[in-house]
Amino acid sequence: MAKQRVKFTFPAELVQQPIIWRLGKEFNVVTNIRRADVAEDRGWVILELEGEMEEIERGIRWVQEQGVRVDPVPGDVVEG
Amino acid sequence: MSFAKNLRCRECNRLYPLEPIYVCEFCFGPLEVTYDYEAMRGRVTRERIERGPLTIWRYADLLPAHADAAVDIGAGFTPLLPAPNLGRALGLRNLYLKNDCANPTWSFKDRVVSVAATKAKEFGFDTLACASTGNLANSVAAHAARAGLQALVFVPADLEQGKVVGSAIYGPTLVAVEGSYDDVNRLCSELTEKYRWAFVNINVRPYYAEGSKTLGYEVCEQLGWRAPDHCIVPMASGSLFTKIYKGIKELAWLGLIEWRRPRMSGAQALGCSPIVEAWERQSFDIRPQRPRTIAKSLAIGNPADGFYALKVMAETEGYGVAVTDDEIIEGMKLLAETEGVFAETAGGVVIAALRRLAREGRIDPDEVVVAFITGAGLKTQEAVQGALAEPLLVKPSIASFEEAFGRRRGVLPAARS
Repeated sequence: MAKQRVKFTFPAELVQQPIIWRLGKEFNVVTNIRRADVAEDRGWVILELEGEMEEIERGIRWVQEQGVRVDPVPGDVVEG
Repeated sequence: MSFAKNLRCRECNRLYPLEPIYVCEFCFGPLEVTYDYEAMRGRVTRERIERGPLTIWRYADLLPAHADAAVDIGAGFTPLLPAPNLGRALGLRNLYLKNDCANPTWSFKDRVVSVAATKAKEFGFDTLACASTGNLANSVAAHAARAGLQALVFVPADLEQGKVVGSAIYGPTLVAVEGSYDDVNRLCSELTEKYRWAFVNINVRPYYAEGSKTLGYEVCEQLGWRAPDHCIVPMASGSLFTKIYKGIKELAWLGLIEWRRPRMSGAQALGCSPIVEAWERQSFDIRPQRPRTIAKSLAIGNPADGFYALKVMAETEGYGVAVTDDEIIEGMKLLAETEGVFAETAGGVVIAALRRLAREGRIDPDEVVVAFITGAGLKTQEAVQGALAEPLLVKPSIASFEEAFGRRRGVLPAARS
């Protein structure tokens, strides 16, 4: 089993959608929220995903296709 | 000696031992080094610092690594230049430039990498790694060479060949990753989990970031042990910005300077300005951006320390300024033509922001202002090519010279009498 720590950033139009619930339901991935800040016009959630690596990657791709930005927890690491 | 005590989560304040870890296991918040300031007080003195080497390691007591095994290629203690000509042009009477072009690989990254490389050796790593399109890669490759560590540098596959020379010369393993900028980010985060490497700005980031404090220490020492009134700092991840302020505050806590709160203003390129954009909204919520600017060294669309930079701006009543690419080029030229300093695009961002703040009357003419110039212009020559005057092309005769010179300058040079 693999684990991946990620940050989801939601645009205003997706704040009310149960994206994380669907991620856990439709993919074989355990979602474990550690920190979040959600308002009516935007939101971010930092969470750990646990499952088979391929399933995690499939799930992340689906989340991205919904319009959610997915980043590694440390932020951008490619520096100038 | 180092007085580093713990790592502390910046979100939930949980404490951790000084190990190569970077996020809180509980809330995944970033970790920061804490120090035993009580033990430092009285032992860390101006005289002790002044007796130290002319590098960042004169402040070893305030860094999280041991100076006796420092990977030191001479980073730090760069010139603090009075800038009377630029000051006159902007109506500022006490303007200084902190010229970090004078570092061994020509950027401020040598400060952070020197600390990261030293710490990597202390932890027993054999590989120093980073993902970078420029300054950081140069510095990691150079410090790894000095330290006898293997260097691994990840770059996007479409990076111009010329950009890798400044790293390749030190003999690292360069890895060109096919994919987008986001793909490189993700891959590096995953590699950090899988392999035991010292990825300077990931798993040794808490130590790495502390190296930037030395810019704050140096400026205060070079001003005669006093804090500036106003700092203008370029922002990429926002880490440098917060650490300069931390450095100034630490000197005050230790009684080495009198506390007067500097105003901390941050500068970004408009084409990648997520921190300034949040500041303009008066919000602490950073909205990631896709970078589109010539200021590549500042092109971080999802800045790890953006939130903390906004907190410092709020605490110090500093300003956020975002400047266009044209303003960046004007800033680079203005700095070079008035003070003889050829900065990279990030320096152009700082000078353009400084000019904007001065014009808007947000800087008192008598304030002691320090503009932080963090990298040298030869690295980003392409940014100003086309914006500079072409050489005069003349025949090898005085008449041809005078004709061309007169056309360009409007007058002939005064002949000897």
